[in-house]
Amino acid sequence: MTDNRFVNRSELIGILVLAVFLVVVLPLTLDVFRLNLVAKYLTYAFVALGLVICWGYGGILSLGQGVFFGLGGYCMAMFLKLEASSVENTKIQSTPGIPDFMDWNQITALPFFWKPFHSLTFTIAAIILVPGIFALIIGTAMFKRRVGGTYFAIITQAVAAILTILIVGQQGYTGGINGMTDLRTLKGWDIRPDHAKIVLYFFEVGCLFVCIMIAQFVRHSKLGRILVAMREKEDRVRFSGYSVANFKIFAFCIAAVFAAIGGAMFALNVGFMSPSFVGIVPSIEMVIYTAVGGRLSILGAIYGTLLVNFAKTSLSETFPELWLFGLGGLFIAVVLAFPNGLAGIWGDYVQPRIDRLIVSRKPKPEGWTDSSVADGAPAE
Amino acid sequence: MSDETNKGLLSPLRRKLLMGMAAVPAITMLPRNSFAQTPATSAVNTTGLAVTDTEVTVGILHSATGTMAISETGSIEAEKLAIEQINAAGGVLGRKIKFIQEDGASDWPTFAEKAKKLLVNDKVAAIMGCWTSASRKAVLPVVEQYNGMLYYPTFYEGLEQSKNVIYTGQEATQQILAGLNWIAKEKGAKTFFFIGSDYIWPRTSNKIARKHVENVLKGKVVGEEYYPLGNTQFNSVINKIKLTKPDVIFTDVVGGSNVAFYKQLKAAGIDLAKQPLLTISVTEDEIDGIGGENIAGAYACMKYFQSLDNPNNKAFVPAFKKMWGEKTVIGDVTQAAYLGPWLWKLTVEKAGSFDVDKIAAASPGVEFKGAPEGYVRIHENHHLWSKTRVGRAKLDGQFELIYETADLVEPDPFPKGYQ
Repeated sequence: MTDNRFVNRSELIGILVLAVFLVVVLPLTLDVFRLNLVAKYLTYAFVALGLVICWGYGGILSLGQGVFFGLGGYCMAMFLKLEASSVENTKIQSTPGIPDFMDWNQITALPFFWKPFHSLTFTIAAIILVPGIFALIIGTAMFKRRVGGTYFAIITQAVAAILTILIVGQQGYTGGINGMTDLRTLKGWDIRPDHAKIVLYFFEVGCLFVCIMIAQFVRHSKLGRILVAMREKEDRVRFSGYSVANFKIFAFCIAAVFAAIGGAMFALNVGFMSPSFVGIVPSIEMVIYTAVGGRLSILGAIYGTLLVNFAKTSLSETFPELWLFGLGGLFIAVVLAFPNGLAGIWGDYVQPRIDRLIVSRKPKPEGWTDSSVADGAPAE
Repeated sequence: MSDETNKGLLSPLRRKLLMGMAAVPAITMLPRNSFAQTPATSAVNTTGLAVTDTEVTVGILHSATGTMAISETGSIEAEKLAIEQINAAGGVLGRKIKFIQEDGASDWPTFAEKAKKLLVNDKVAAIMGCWTSASRKAVLPVVEQYNGMLYYPTFYEGLEQSKNVIYTGQEATQQILAGLNWIAKEKGAKTFFFIGSDYIWPRTSNKIARKHVENVLKGKVVGEEYYPLGNTQFNSVINKIKLTKPDVIFTDVVGGSNVAFYKQLKAAGIDLAKQPLLTISVTEDEIDGIGGENIAGAYACMKYFQSLDNPNNKAFVPAFKKMWGEKTVIGDVTQAAYLGPWLWKLTVEKAGSFDVDKIAAASPGVEFKGAPEGYVRIHENHHLWSKTRVGRAKLDGQFELIYETADLVEPDPFPKGYQ
């Protein structure tokens, strides 16, 4: 086994295949509109990636990842909205120079917490730090008190509900239920035309691979092993002298930051941010992506996200009135038949065959049959 | 394509017309409005829209699923009816309308995504769609960027105007001011209590209503309360109403919240026959859920009621019920959605082209005499001139027309003195 490297050979092949798929195959076969849709799907892949670490490995089921997705997305959207609300763009308003929804809500000056978002550097820092610190606070408050499992899941849901209500209620400051629309430029660079969409797509794919590498590193480090141990027998880890709470907080924070990066990418690629990504329903949907992909597989989560979203788009285009049933059926089928998701199908059926093929050709099987599913599969 | 056109120049005019392939010079020789003959596609579509010699494709973009489906289904039905009727009458510039329906799924970003799909992939000539302000705000940048044409049916808050949108519902001042004037005069109302759902449309509408009450009617707003969308607990505001005893309760509570609101009003002993209530958000569609017995006596202020007594409406209502069932009801927005395809057809024929730029330019002044609400005309600002009406809810869920403005009310999306 290749213990000390954070990517073993079969994983490296998997990552390369994904890279070829995302960087070469999709851009060559899809038009810009579809490619932009893939970019949108991939923003959720960041969240799914975080959930693999936090839920799949750490065993912490968070049903509130939309909160972090939203925080990241809103930070980005605030920057973009300020840039789109220059005095000349907004001269028909009673108060030019502030975002349009503030003007509709009789706000006459930019609120203090909006002001720093004129700076891109501050915005990028905020995208990472705001959700990170928020996750740290929630995590500390929960895990230090040994709140876990179902209770934790419920609390994260409550947080998602609270944040949605806050955003919708404070519409003068947040755009309310409409969200922040009509985002136009990033430092003067128009993010709306086709060529910009392509650039943004590749930028996003790049960020995704950085996150994949971080996730790989966490998984293969000692930290990852402690996470798995904790998931299996928390007390034993605690009695061995580890601070269980700190590891959980860390996993939760990583998942939060990944989700926030996804949210920021969403605002950039879609030109839009709204509370409909923050609440309970989208948060649960994000868990479903991970479940479909396989919650123990880093790459599976990405394929799962792509598959579910692709199914969502194509089903709803083909059957505008019935598509939700089709999608529901897909989820039930996956969960019933393949509890480990796509990665489980791969690990149980496809991988062994490929291995056999390779073995029959090259009789040296050692060292690269490590299947990500097998070594991380839960005991229950 | 150009080869055929050149060949066509040499052959007899009649044959070209029969083939439906009239060449560019030939079309200029035709009498200007003779649309019995089909003009050449290359002449009426210079921007690559989905127009063939026999068909033109438009998009229908509403929520068929999710919380908004209950409201938007009526709009989908009305648009399909209008398209069918237009096709039965010969189509647009000799072309049958084909529609592609997409589901916005009550989710604003999905609306944006689907609008983009309709414009970029399907190259639709126009989109009939959106319902909530949030969905329109999401779609607006898309139709502006890809130069599409959106026909938007809902009464809304105003503060918006776009080359790429025709607003077939009323904007806030159009809808509200006439109703307030009427109730102030008729009931001698001086004090008003505002209740709304908490989002941009009720907030803006109430802002306009407040300015009008305070500055024009010289009355007083004794309370203004907002509740989140979907809220079902109105007891505290009902207690406040009992305490402040306003002359008029003015509401813009939307969607399912209405059911709880009117039931709780009734349970609290507020008799709408004695306590005037003016709503701008309850149409026949909502009463279906609220129940006529819970809202009978309330006044609603909008531009259309199913019970309107005019020849257009007398043809429209049975046609709608024939297509969609005897039990369906037709509310204000459903009627406005019905106007969309017709106004688009009339504009295309006026412009003699499907090109969006030409339609946008030709829109002002287009009149639709067959509108179920009577007569409408498109204003320079792409909103409609329309009458405002007040109806009183009856037990059977229909409205009885009480008052209508004598003239068409001018749309004023950026009202001076109301901002």
